Amino acid sequence: MEKRGLNKVDLIFEEIDLKEVLTAAYNMPQAEIIQKVLDSGLKGRGGAGFPTGLKWKYAAAEEDTDKYIVCNADEGEPGTFKDREILDRVAYKVYGGMVLAAKAVGARSGIVYLRGEYKFLLPQLLEELVKFHKLIGEIGYDFSISYRMGSGAYICGEESALFESIEGFRGEPRNKPPYPTKSGVFYRPTSINNVETLVTALMVIKHGPESYSQLGTKDSRGSKVFSISGDTPSPGIFELELGMTVQAFVNEFGDGDTKAVQVGGASGFCVPRKRFEDTIIGFEGVPTGGSMKLFNSSRSMYNVLHNYLDFFAEESCGQCTPCRVGCQQLLKGVQKVKKGEVKSIYLNELVKLADTMKVASKCGLGQSVGNAFKTIVENFREEIIY
Amino acid sequence: MINLSINNQKISVEPGTTILDAARELNINIPTLCNHPDLCVAGNCRVCVVEQTGARTLIAACAMPVAEGMDIHTNTLKVRNARKHIVELLLSEHRSDCTKCYRNQKCELQSLANEFAFGDTIFLDLVEDHQYVIDRSSPSFIKDDSKCIRCQRCVRTCTELQHISAIAVANKGMHQKISSFHDKPMSHVVCTNCGQCVNRCPTGALVEKTYIDQVWDAIYDPDKHVVVQTAPAVRIALGEDLGYDPGERVTGKMVTALRQLGFDSVLDTDFSADLTIMEEGTELLTRLRKTLVEGDEKAALPMFTSCSPGWIKFIEHKYPEMLDNLSTCKSPQQMFGALAKTYFAQKKKLDPSSIVSVSIMPCTAKKYEADRPEMRSSGYKDIDFVLTTRELAIMVKQAGIDFRNLEPSHYDSIMGESTGAGVIFGATGGVMEAALRTAYEIVTGREVPFKNLNIMPVRGLEGIKEASIKIENCTDDWKFLEGAELKVAIAHGLTNANKLMRMVRDGNSPYHFIEIMACPGGCRGGGGQPIPTNEEVRTKRMVAIYAEDEHMELRKSHDNPDVIAIYEEFLGEPNSQLAHELLHTHYTEREAY
Repeated sequence: MEKRGLNKVDLIFEEIDLKEVLTAAYNMPQAEIIQKVLDSGLKGRGGAGFPTGLKWKYAAAEEDTDKYIVCNADEGEPGTFKDREILDRVAYKVYGGMVLAAKAVGARSGIVYLRGEYKFLLPQLLEELVKFHKLIGEIGYDFSISYRMGSGAYICGEESALFESIEGFRGEPRNKPPYPTKSGVFYRPTSINNVETLVTALMVIKHGPESYSQLGTKDSRGSKVFSISGDTPSPGIFELELGMTVQAFVNEFGDGDTKAVQVGGASGFCVPRKRFEDTIIGFEGVPTGGSMKLFNSSRSMYNVLHNYLDFFAEESCGQCTPCRVGCQQLLKGVQKVKKGEVKSIYLNELVKLADTMKVASKCGLGQSVGNAFKTIVENFREEIIY
Repeated sequence: MINLSINNQKISVEPGTTILDAARELNINIPTLCNHPDLCVAGNCRVCVVEQTGARTLIAACAMPVAEGMDIHTNTLKVRNARKHIVELLLSEHRSDCTKCYRNQKCELQSLANEFAFGDTIFLDLVEDHQYVIDRSSPSFIKDDSKCIRCQRCVRTCTELQHISAIAVANKGMHQKISSFHDKPMSHVVCTNCGQCVNRCPTGALVEKTYIDQVWDAIYDPDKHVVVQTAPAVRIALGEDLGYDPGERVTGKMVTALRQLGFDSVLDTDFSADLTIMEEGTELLTRLRKTLVEGDEKAALPMFTSCSPGWIKFIEHKYPEMLDNLSTCKSPQQMFGALAKTYFAQKKKLDPSSIVSVSIMPCTAKKYEADRPEMRSSGYKDIDFVLTTRELAIMVKQAGIDFRNLEPSHYDSIMGESTGAGVIFGATGGVMEAALRTAYEIVTGREVPFKNLNIMPVRGLEGIKEASIKIENCTDDWKFLEGAELKVAIAHGLTNANKLMRMVRDGNSPYHFIEIMACPGGCRGGGGQPIPTNEEVRTKRMVAIYAEDEHMELRKSHDNPDVIAIYEEFLGEPNSQLAHELLHTHYTEREAY
């Protein structure tokens, strides 16, 4: 298994001459941009990890004059705050990534769907947008970006629920297929990309895919911005090369008493101390949209789990049975186990339920509830029961 | 064509076919719950999950289109385990007081539970975590959220078929529910009481408000004379709840059953449907005369039919500016009610206060209509109780009647005669066809120029239909219509009605006369009809209605001897002073929200 040590990188926040990069991209054929992004091995940075180049390729192949680039800035995963930082510091690079995507797929409209709680950023983002529109107009791009605000629902970070929300409907995931590249926002071909993905793609074009793919491992190319929180002396935003072990990560960010790391937020995986050494942070191990939460021995993993389940029971859209009812059953189930009102063996039934939710839920939310549940219950069973 | 395999059986189907439909072609049954053939695919209950070889997750058969080379398995251990979990999860949020439930043994969740979740459940009861309040505010139906499993069939029905959205999804996660505007009682929101949601609810969360016990009380009260009328669409659907296949006509057996139940007079709404044609046809011709001859701009055209109480409430809420275009005729149910406690009472020498007037309707909105303040022109409540087709079937079962072996019999006299024109009121386009049969003959002295009086252009299930009839060789009284082309349109389902109404409002309607029925397919697809009601069932009922019409000796409303008699003995002539007092009314604007 290919492993990397901890290596701090500065790609996302690096100040660049946007005009230079976009002028170069303007003269590049569509297919070349897509090929470069494909060659870089870049996978989506929102969490799901779909190859970005492939997404652009599919959207580019659709014959429609009305295509969209949507920037998913509905950063809602508990413990993630890197997109806020990116938008705060280098919004022009986000816009740059969007126009690049637009050029690649042949879109003329872009929409940024901004998390409702980030409304305070909007004035400066719009100010930056005016400059951006002027810049790309000078280069010759036919593209413009508008903003839509989220209203606080976690589910609206799911791409098709996000489209519904943009269109003014209740944020509920759609049936797939069709996928967004064929039928996305307003049922038009859409490439929807995370904030960080767009910036990374821009940097791939700037530095070239060869240089970018030097970083990381075979399955997890490049670097990634992490949001680090919990029991750590140095919480905050760090851009790190992918492919490090959890141990290497804990060595840098732990407080010396780390017993578990929750990788990927509430929908991610809990890695216990005994697995730090052999778990890689990346798509071959535990993937993450950026959220890294460290827990030391003073923490009750029951409380951690309860908190996550409480969150999901509230934030499920409520549309499909496994997710709506399953979340409530998991929550109520662990409460009863803790109180001793049902036997501890009941946890085994709940694990089976979590498996059903993983395979039978309609969207990624319900499918990922089981991740945290299973990894916490399996590794900290005694803390749940006693 | 797309080739795939389901349970190792190969099949080729059209692109776009769902796995569910492909499986049905192979006679492989995949259980469903949120799916309904009248509605768009939701894919949210997940009961229909199946396994696709190579896929990470299970897939919803109702929502997944076929793809080349798919290898689908519908009954693997993984599928069974998931399905059992899903049904048990639904049961855990559903108040399972089945033995007391109105939908006991007619509940789709119960059927699934029988198949997949018998025995003890592992899941915890979630009903106790919610504060459910049953909404009994509507006179037509009851909404009990504690039995709701959030399949959203009702929401899709109200939005897609009826363009009303009286109910919608509110909140998320564990708090998600089907709610009304601002969570107000159903009686205080824009709801037409059409009952299409009730007809599609798989559980007891939405059921009609039943008046069976009140009707039994009246029947057993020796001082009461209980009159019952049956709507045209009941006779072609009642059988479905009593063991017959859809499309079976049970008119004669139904009449016998009603007598055996103890109703004192068994009469027919078809009679008052014929009467409606006389009144409404005359009204239309009068409006045409006023417009064309007298230049009266107040004579509102096009004229809309007014038989469907769901439609009436719709126009009151949504297009109140066009209420003048509505025919002033009451619905056949209410005409009947007004006459039962006047004309019928006189003829039978009964004290009107001793008459209890019951109607059997394919409709839940009729319960609401009977309660309207406008409907007391006899000096009493014109209709005391309205039962749906489903409720009548329940009464037949309660009484232990062997329905299948009943001898057919005929309605009582006085207000029991009917014609084929009255019968076809039960189908979309039927009122129009009946009206044309009579109006054309009044104007020209000849029968409508269609083979066997079957005016085919107004029949069928298209959402909006239109037709025109050229009027030639008029009698002297109607010379002003000579050469005119009478243009008519028909819409059923309020979504279609809304489209037509927009045309009228925007001045793009060439029509003189428009028939609108609130329910898809007209009354045969009414909210009070047996469950399930869907396109296939509606079509069979339609065939039955037209067969019933063909079998009638009399096919035109003005030939109905009871109708002729009531004008001679009581009303005078159509649109007379007395007719206006008893048989006509006016409706008023309601809030749009």
